[in-house]
Parts: sequence; C-alpha cells; structure tokens
Amino acid sequence: MSILIKGGRVIDPAQGIDEVLDVLIEDGKIAKIDKGLKGKGEAIDAAGMIVTPGLIDIHVHLRDPGYEYKEDIVSGTRSAAAGGFTSVACMPNTNPVTDSKSVVDYIVGKAAREGFVNVFPVGSITKGLKGETLSEIGELKESGCPAVTDDGRPVVSGELMRRALEYARPFGVTVISHAEELSLVGEGVMNDGFVATELGLKGIPWVAEDACVARDVMLAEYTGARLHIAHVSTRGAVEIVRQAKARGVRVTCEATPHHFTLTDEAVRGYNTNAKMNPPLRGADDVAAVRAGLADGTIDAIATDHAPHHIDEKNVEFNIALNGIVGLETALPLALRLVEDGVLSLNDLVARFTVGPARAIDIPRGTLKDGVPADVTVINPNLEWTVEPQKLQSKSKNTPFGGWKMKGAAIYTIVGGKVVWRRES
Amino acid sequence: MAQSETVILDHLGIKRALTRIAHEILERNKGVKDLALVGIRSGGDHLAAELQRRIAEIEGEDVSLGAVDITLYRDDFSTRGILPVGKTDIPFPIDGRRVVLVDDVLYTGRTIRAAMDALFDIGRPRNIQLAVLIDRGHRELPIRPDYVGRNVPTSRDEKIHVEFDESLQPIEVRILKP
Amino acid sequence: MVFRHKHILGIEHLSRDDIQTILDTAENFREINSREIKKVPTLRGKTIINLFYEASTRTRTSFEIAGKRLSADTINISASGSSVSKGETLEDTARNLEAMHPDIIVMRHAASGAPHYLAERIGCSVINAGDGAHEHPSQALLDLLTIRQHKKTFEGLTVAIVGDIAHSRVARSNLYALTRMGAKVRLAGPGTMIPPGIERLGAEVYTDIREAIRDADVVMMLRIQLERQGKTLLPTLREYARFYGLNQENLKLAKGDAIVMHPGPMNRGVEISSYVADGNQNVILEQVENGVAVRMALLYLVAGGESKE
Repeated sequence: MSILIKGGRVIDPAQGIDEVLDVLIEDGKIAKIDKGLKGKGEAIDAAGMIVTPGLIDIHVHLRDPGYEYKEDIVSGTRSAAAGGFTSVACMPNTNPVTDSKSVVDYIVGKAAREGFVNVFPVGSITKGLKGETLSEIGELKESGCPAVTDDGRPVVSGELMRRALEYARPFGVTVISHAEELSLVGEGVMNDGFVATELGLKGIPWVAEDACVARDVMLAEYTGARLHIAHVSTRGAVEIVRQAKARGVRVTCEATPHHFTLTDEAVRGYNTNAKMNPPLRGADDVAAVRAGLADGTIDAIATDHAPHHIDEKNVEFNIALNGIVGLETALPLALRLVEDGVLSLNDLVARFTVGPARAIDIPRGTLKDGVPADVTVINPNLEWTVEPQKLQSKSKNTPFGGWKMKGAAIYTIVGGKVVWRRES
Repeated sequence: MAQSETVILDHLGIKRALTRIAHEILERNKGVKDLALVGIRSGGDHLAAELQRRIAEIEGEDVSLGAVDITLYRDDFSTRGILPVGKTDIPFPIDGRRVVLVDDVLYTGRTIRAAMDALFDIGRPRNIQLAVLIDRGHRELPIRPDYVGRNVPTSRDEKIHVEFDESLQPIEVRILKP
Repeated sequence: MVFRHKHILGIEHLSRDDIQTILDTAENFREINSREIKKVPTLRGKTIINLFYEASTRTRTSFEIAGKRLSADTINISASGSSVSKGETLEDTARNLEAMHPDIIVMRHAASGAPHYLAERIGCSVINAGDGAHEHPSQALLDLLTIRQHKKTFEGLTVAIVGDIAHSRVARSNLYALTRMGAKVRLAGPGTMIPPGIERLGAEVYTDIREAIRDADVVMMLRIQLERQGKTLLPTLREYARFYGLNQENLKLAKGDAIVMHPGPMNRGVEISSYVADGNQNVILEQVENGVAVRMALLYLVAGGESKE
C-alpha cells in the first residue's frame, strides 16, 4: 500500500522545506521526500498544488458524548477531513464531561474505529468543569490527553489555576486557558463598543479577556508551567502574549479564522451566527490578531469549531448559543491572509501544522521520514462558494454562507490513507 | 393622459351657480337658523366657504362652517391603500343642526356616504342636505343632491376637474376626455 | 403619499420624509380623540395583536386604544398569560399567531432585536413597541409630535436627554429621530450610563446635567430603574437625584420657554422633582395624549401599505 504525490510544492516548516518535490508514502508512513520518485501504488498528480503536513486544529468541539444531535465523532472528523485537517483536539465540555479515563477511552476508541482523522481528547482542568477540584490530570494524560482546559469557562479561582499549572507541569500536560474575567463579562452578548451601543445589546469589553490572559500568563511565569491561551481576540491579549514570550514565559496561543476575518459589524441584523465567545471584536483587534499571526506571537490557527443545532441559533440574539462551525472554512479564510500579504504561505502552513503540534505537544505536524503519513494536498486556486447545507458537519451554523472562497484541500491523507478527496 | 380639455363652467358661471345655491339653501331652510355648512375635503371645503360668504352677503349673518375629511371613512381602504389623512374641523356641535354637505363633484355617491358616516360619528344633525357644484351622474348609491350647480352628463372615462386659485377661489370647471 | 414601510422596527430605518408623514398624519388624528364618539371605521376588519413580553401599562394601553379608535380588533397577549411562559420559542409563537391571520403585531420584548426576528419570519406587519435597550420608535415619534406642537420646527432646537442612556431605547430612538429632523441632541448621565461610541450617532455627550441643559429648548428626563439596571451603576438614588435629577434650580439654566418631557412612569424625587413634574413647563400628559394619535398614525400607515395610485 503506497501513495506517490508527484510534483507538488511541498511546504514543511518544521523541516524548512519549501520546494517542488515528490512525497512517497509507504505502509502508512512518510517513506521519502525527493525529486523524481517512483512508486507502485496510487499516484496523485499534485502539479500546481501545495503539499503540507496534515493540518491540525487544536480547538474543536466534537460534542460526543452527550450532544450528538449537534455533532459526533464521525461527522465532526468527516468535517475536519473535508477541511484538510488530519488531527483535531476536542474540547472536554461533553456530557459526561471529559474529566475521566472512561470518557477519554470512549472518545479515543470511537475515533479509532469510526473517525476520519486523528482525535486528541483534551481533558478538563476541573472535575465536571465546575472550577472546584482538579480532574485526575495524570490519568487523563496517560489515557491520551495532551492538554487540559475548562474551555467554555475560565478557571475563576486564581488559586486553582495556579495549582492546575503546578500539577500539570510534571506530567507534561499543557494547560489551555479560556480567558475571560466573568465579572467583567456580566450579561454581555457581543463586543462592547459602538455596534453594541447601536444595537442595544450588552457588551463584553476587551478588558474582560485581557485581564484573565494577563493573570494566566503571570501564573505560567510564576509556576514555569506550559500555558496555551485559547482563541485570543483582542489587541491587548496578543500584546500580553508577545511580551511574555519575549520574557521567556512558556506560553503559546491560538486565534480563530473568524477573529482574524470578521469584526463586530457582522452582528448587525442580530445575526446569531456572528455570536460567539470571545465575541467578534473591533477592527483594531482584528488587525492586532493578524499582526500576531504574522510575527509568530500567535502560534496556531484553531477553529473553535462549535456546532449548534438550528434551534439553538434560530432564537433571539441574547439567548442564542455561542459559536460557529469552522473546520470547513478555516483553510480558505486563512489563505486570504496570504493573498492580503499578512504573512507568507510558509508561515501560514506553520500556523496549521508545527505551531499547533508544539502548543499541545503532539507528535504530528511534519513530513519527517518515518512519521505517520498525515498529508494535506491543497489546491490554492480552487474557487468555491460556501453552502451551509452542504457542509459535512451535522450543524450549519456559519456566518460565511454564500462567501466566495479560493483554495481547498483536495486530498486529506491520514496515516497513509486517503480519507477525503474533493470532488471536481 | 387626457386628450382634450373643455371648460364647461367658467369663473362667472361658477359665481352665478353658487349665488343661486345660496339663495336656494336660504329659501328651503327659511333663513340661517340652525344651519351649518360642512365642506368635504378637498374642494368642497373651499366651496362651502364661498357659500358662507354669499349667505352672509344676503342675510347679513355668518352661518357655521366646518370641513370634513373622509379619508378614514373610505370604503376602498384595502384596495387603494393609504392616502394622506386631512383634518376634520367642525368647531361647533352639529346635534340638531341642518347640515348642508358641500362637495365639488358628485359622482358615485361613495364620498357622500363616507361624509355622512363621519358626521354621525361627530353628532346627530337634524337633517343633512347636499350641495354640489357639478353632478356628473353614475350614482352607485341611493344619493340625490338637494342643490346642484350644473348637471353634466359624462362617460365614466372622462374626468371633471374643478380648478381653484391660490386664494382658494374656484376659477373654472373642465372636462377631460381621454 | 409615499410610505413604504411594512414594519416599524426602529427610527433608524425611517427617513426625514417618513417621520414628517407620520407626524402630519398623527396631527390630523388628534381631532378624533377629542370627539364624543372616538372612533372611525378605517381599520374595520383588521386584527391587531399586542404581543407584550414585558410588562407595560401605558404603551400597551395606548396601542390598544389607538387600534380600537380605528375600529380594528385588538387582542392583547402578555407573557404571563400565554404560552410564552411555558417556554415556547419565539418562532413557534410567531407561527401560531400567523395562523390566526393578524394584520399587525405590536411587539414589546426585553431582547433587543426580537421584533426584527419576528418580522423576518411572519407575513404580517410588525411594529416595535420597545425592544430591549434598542429602540422604541412610537415613543420617539410622540415625543417629536409634542415638541413640534410647542416649537413648530426641529431645525436649530437643542434637546437634552438625561438619564441612563446606555440602557434606554427611548434615548436611542429619540436620538435618531431628532438628529434626522435637524435638532441638536445632548445626552447626559452618570459615567456608568453613557454607552461607548454613542457620540458617533450624532450626539453631544455630557456628564454634568447643568452643562447639558444650559440653553436647551427641550429637557427630556429618562426613568431610572435601579432594579433592572443592576446595583453597580449607581451608589444610591439619593445621589442620583442630587447630581442628575431635574429640579427648579437647574431647570433655570434651560431656555425660559423650555419644555420638560418624561416618557413615564416617573420616579418623583429621583430623576425629576415634583415641582418640575407638575410645573408649567412640563408637557408630560401631552406626550401621553399624543401617544394615541401617533400610534393611530402608525397603525394606519402600516395597515394601508403603499398607496396604489
């Protein structure tokens, strides 16, 4: 069983590769990258295409177990494959919460049997996401969790966050912070600012995010532990991380495509598909997030893929649930950054591969000889239109419906197997 | 657009007709006691003011003058849609009065029906009489004028236009043929 | 006459001409309200549903009277007395109401944007009777009618609006309406009650009530609702009254013929002193009276749709 990907522009930032090469996959592993390779099995003509290590999304909600009406491991990983992702890290706000070995075993087992791509479960920091006592982080790690988070909620207690970092450190577990100071969020439902004023909606000020990012970065500095900040959306958060990195704090962070693409203007018309947490921010925040991606302050692009049933979005704005699906629109939205001259294609691939892999320390994100053959073949010029009803995800909650996109994954290869091939 | 216009009543003709109607009103009602003139907006209200002036010249007494807007009483609201609402202005009680409704052109009679409904929402007159400058026929309701300036036989596709000047004096009446 | 609005969701969507048309129409409706028989047959056979998800006596009553005086059948549905309290979604409520073929739904809702949501999903006209902290168009229009009766024109007028601007739909709708008609709008309130960016909507922002009402032609006081707006915005009502309340003293800073307005219900002794509330500059009951005429005008204009000639 072998696949030969011929004549594509191979970009592997982890190895500093960027040239037209052939990639030979044998027995599920990368066998060789070179010119003029020959193989017996399937051949993929990749002329004009971009060949990258399989893309990684370290922030998705697969909703399984517990909320399978929104998404499950099968549909979620199919959506990932369609978007060009070969690995996803799934968030623990499932039901039951991913706070024990048994839930992790369920996810890992189902993903191995029925999933389209690699699934790395992220465990919860606290039992039941209640913010009271630590989960069994050691056993979570042992079962396959590279990281822990209470995503969806911050760890309100500074003391508990400190202990989480101290406890996770020797296990090599990254603590992912969902950073918001809830007392400043209050009843806010969108970014605090002019648009909120006009729409008469309660605002979430940027300081709610910055304050918590600052606290957690300082705790990481204090404890020396590995911290990852999820979905940074403000100018201040980017700047805090930038300065911390300069001081040598072991912190990484991610940004979502919607936070580098849309502003709070998208909420106009009370569009519930523009309701998420963190909320869509102002234009200067979007510019700062882009700058952070460009200079490497932001290590990873992660989608915060958050499927919700139509009944949960088709309601008054203030009671609609937060979040959008993102796996199938992330790549073309990111490619726009290259088109806009924000960052190089090389750096962009890094934010989708080696960046996220290192953030939560998973053995993926490169095409080194001998590693599992996760490869994405991208047609950067393929033009298509987002039709929500045609998304592979069970849920269709996207603000990008009708958007004209350029670029798509045409082959998604996981462990040497083509799991997704784009038609036409 | 109208193809041809013919003046059927000029300024002098209108003056004579209104003077005659003023006399007829006084004769029929034996003076101005309990009399009131209510013009239908817009057009009839200007003519009612003219009639008031003539009655004052003849009798030396001002007769009560009001105006009624029938927009809210139209029977074609659901098909015609909104029209500008004018002001109904009847600054005296109409209970027990002899009310002369004044309109410029009497056609189907629907406007008069609406005006009578409007009057009954305001009070209970002793009687209602109808004065019109032009009666062009084609009645769709059992309504008959008491005082007519001129009977003008028309076809349905013709239009009658009463022209007023800036001081709201009637100048002439034209018939517009398609 | 041109009035091309199926719905009245906010002043934001109304042009200067639209506002003029509504005010002129309302002016002519006022006569009906002083008749012995306060009813005209115009909307006979039309069904108007007052769908109120928030308690409101005065706005609901005003809309109900307006509908009845136009001979429409008006039905009141309030959140406590209907299936909405059983957790029915707004969409299902909308569908159920639509099945009864109403012509107009007048909606009050605590969620900003709820009337827009309804309008997108229902065939009949929707009139916003107040949505969250967003808009309250009929209130602004009745305020404008009252101002016009006293000041004849809006051009060159200075209107001071004082209170919780951040949470006030009355302030937003008035700001849109007054600036569109050529008046200058000053907003004033405690620092906690001035929303970010409001000046971009054309207002001058003050934190000192005295500066805001100096030489103003109109002083509009907003209701302070401590229970709704949370305890963090103000220390006490006593201090609010002292620094942001309208009284005989600071009212002297306004023009001598300034009028005092309040959308009601008033908190006497808080945002407005009783001397001012009952004083000869207040036009508060005229506002209420004009409310019926303005709402009649809105119902008339919306029910008729576009003139077909």
